[in-house]
Amino acid sequence: MLEFILITIIKAVVVVTVLLLTCAWMTYAERKILARMQSRIGPNVAGWKGLLQPVADLVKLLFKEEVIPGGAQRALYLLAPLLAFIPAMLPIAMIPFGNKITLFGREINLVIANYDNGLLFILAVASLSVYGIVMAGWSANSKYSLLGGLRSSAQMISYEIGIGMSLIGIVLLAGTLNLVDIVGQQNVWYKWFIFRQPIGFLLYFVCAIAETNRAPFDLPEAESELVAGYFTEYSSMRFGLFFVGEYANMVTVATVATTLFLGGWQGPFLPPVLWFVIKAVAVLFIYIWIRASLPRFRYDQLMKFGWYVIIPLALANILVTALIDLL
Amino acid sequence: MELAIFILTSLVAIVAALLVILQRNPIASVMYLVTTFVAQAILFIQLRAAFIAILQVIVYAGAIMVLFLFVIMLLNLRREDFGKDIKLRFKPLAIAFAMVLLIETLVVINASLVPAQPGADLSATFGSVQGVGKELFTTYLYPFELTSVLLIVAILGAVVMAKKKL
Amino acid sequence: MSEVGLTSFETYFPIFFQIVLAIIIGVLMFGVSAMLGRRSKSRVKDEAYECGIEVTTDTRHRFSVKFYLVAILFIVFDLETVFLFPWAVNYKQLGLFGLVEMVIFILILLVGYVYIVKKGAIKWD
Repeated sequence: MLEFILITIIKAVVVVTVLLLTCAWMTYAERKILARMQSRIGPNVAGWKGLLQPVADLVKLLFKEEVIPGGAQRALYLLAPLLAFIPAMLPIAMIPFGNKITLFGREINLVIANYDNGLLFILAVASLSVYGIVMAGWSANSKYSLLGGLRSSAQMISYEIGIGMSLIGIVLLAGTLNLVDIVGQQNVWYKWFIFRQPIGFLLYFVCAIAETNRAPFDLPEAESELVAGYFTEYSSMRFGLFFVGEYANMVTVATVATTLFLGGWQGPFLPPVLWFVIKAVAVLFIYIWIRASLPRFRYDQLMKFGWYVIIPLALANILVTALIDLL
Repeated sequence: MELAIFILTSLVAIVAALLVILQRNPIASVMYLVTTFVAQAILFIQLRAAFIAILQVIVYAGAIMVLFLFVIMLLNLRREDFGKDIKLRFKPLAIAFAMVLLIETLVVINASLVPAQPGADLSATFGSVQGVGKELFTTYLYPFELTSVLLIVAILGAVVMAKKKL
Repeated sequence: MSEVGLTSFETYFPIFFQIVLAIIIGVLMFGVSAMLGRRSKSRVKDEAYECGIEVTTDTRHRFSVKFYLVAILFIVFDLETVFLFPWAVNYKQLGLFGLVEMVIFILILLVGYVYIVKKGAIKWD
């Protein structure tokens, strides 16, 4: 019992630390890759090739002044960053990032929580993450914040349906919601669910980009019209919490995609954890690549795309998958 | 242990529920209601109803409360408006209704009190997604199909009310 | 499959701890930044950002009813999605019967969907 508690705590602390470090250096990677794609250099001052840039950013954010706008509703304004940050830290607990390993004679499962309803848990947490954004938009008493928050929440709920529906295909094929079991079923590369659910994967990825408010669906933070959207009025680490939350959500999307569609930690020759990292990083790279390549949607196009294209396609995908599975 | 968790979560649920009506800021009320729903989800887990617990979070805390938020933001009250316009003449009526509801609740609770059976025989899949699904799609097939009709009514109602012009 | 549907310490402790950890880290970052940042007050700082010009009119406008409509439709389709999960998990046992059930369910809802599209409920212009 005590041993179980101890192992769980160690696993959780290690995974969350890695997650936070990934978020920090992902901002660096994003700036560097975007710069390269636009024939610029990107951050190159702090440390060797600018590698210490995230540290500099962190120090800067920590020492910044915290401004609370006069008209803000203080309690909600202060709560909002936490409401955005905390749900972003939770889904990673369900993701198996490696096979069982034996350490000091004990068998350790490389997943924090081996939960039978893991997939639903991730969706439930995602459905709660809209509150941070709405609260931030509402409480700051600024027009940009309010518009950004409202747009963002309407966008998130529209695409949340798409996310749920696009994953049904996987559940149909796997017959379980336990992510460890789902990875277990993809033990050779041609059994990866991306090959049996290509449309499901595409739908999931598109919806996930919209759900995490990233380009080309980054309307809530459309700088040219809404300044910074719902976090316009935030400064210092309060702003930082939104930022870390957004990147953590991207990492979640990448790891979920890896687990459900790309065979998780399964792969030949290399150690499982390394395979997991390679696949997740590849998905994250595509994220940035898309940002560098595609122009932003207009809001009416975005809503139309979500309701008129994604949902019918997802429903069709479910029925076709069910039919094929039956034959 | 289980009892301690139960008492703690119920306390959170009850206090949050009281705060929903006892303070004036409507948006804060929504957040307290979300807290109540999440606490209820934990109580469902204690009742071995994991699927219902997750539904509680996804549907109530994650969807219906978002609608509440949108409605409140739609009306967009100024802070000065909070608490005004409470029609005092409805007070006696409100109290009467509340009393009737309270008595009704007590009667129902009284009627449904069954002595607890320790070690009640629950099947291995009781309350899980598998278990609920199996029941829902075989025994309770008819009510399940009827829900789709219910949902369609909700769609029609919303569109008709919001889009009278078209 | 392990311990289906049972409340067990081993199932829920990791989830509980993850939540606690997330709260601790969030509050910590919040607190450290509050301690380190300096603070100065001025009337201009209190104002909401409006591209540098004077703040005009109140923030509390009323909004387009479309957002409300989107929220209601979201609830309906969210419920549908939620029904799909237990169906998908049991699909292997339900077989053809299950497919027919779900086709009927989706078809009925599709009528509502076509109605929304025809009415232009989610048109944004």
